[in-house]
Amino acid sequence: MNGAPDLPAWAAWLTAFFVLAGAAITLTGAIGLVRLRSFYERVHAPTLGTTLGTGCILIGSMICFSALQSRPVVHEILIGIFVTFTTPVTLILLVRAALYRDRVEGKDVPPHE
Amino acid sequence: MSAVVLAWSLTLAQLILAVAMAIAAGLMVRGPRAQDRILALDSFYLSGMLLLLVFAIQTGRTLYFEAALVVALLGFASTAALAKFLMRGEVIE
Repeated sequence: MNGAPDLPAWAAWLTAFFVLAGAAITLTGAIGLVRLRSFYERVHAPTLGTTLGTGCILIGSMICFSALQSRPVVHEILIGIFVTFTTPVTLILLVRAALYRDRVEGKDVPPHE
Repeated sequence: MSAVVLAWSLTLAQLILAVAMAIAAGLMVRGPRAQDRILALDSFYLSGMLLLLVFAIQTGRTLYFEAALVVALLGFASTAALAKFLMRGEVIE
């Protein structure tokens, strides 16, 4: 459970910092999902994890594997690019579906222009 | 010293991400509406993907990285399909 790769001190500190920061930011997003009131407010909360949380953990992973293999390792950037491009797309689709459902039920939402 | 700090911070990060996953799973059950559940599912798979990345750092293997990439890909497809289902009542017209 408590294993860790054998890294030089600077890389170990940087990796620890970035991974912890990313995990804490993701948890903040999850707590926001509980605490915000309406759906249209809630939809913003998990983006904290998809942007800054993912970014921090990916940077930590890049530092760790670059130090382990003694060469720049940047294949994690693939996940970063993919998540950055897909999150807005999925959330726009989801909000449009929610708006449609609210309009059908006659809730107080902006009308279709 | 630095190795101990790294080991403990990786374990702590895994615990934090597990709590985030538990919160998202609870919201998937609680709802209250279908779009809230889908949003919670989105948050759930994202935390799971980050957990896999932390496992990759902990074990020093790049195998977990590929698993995380597949999770990100399938998560996107599933959320898009579920949103489409809410909108139209069917996924492929």
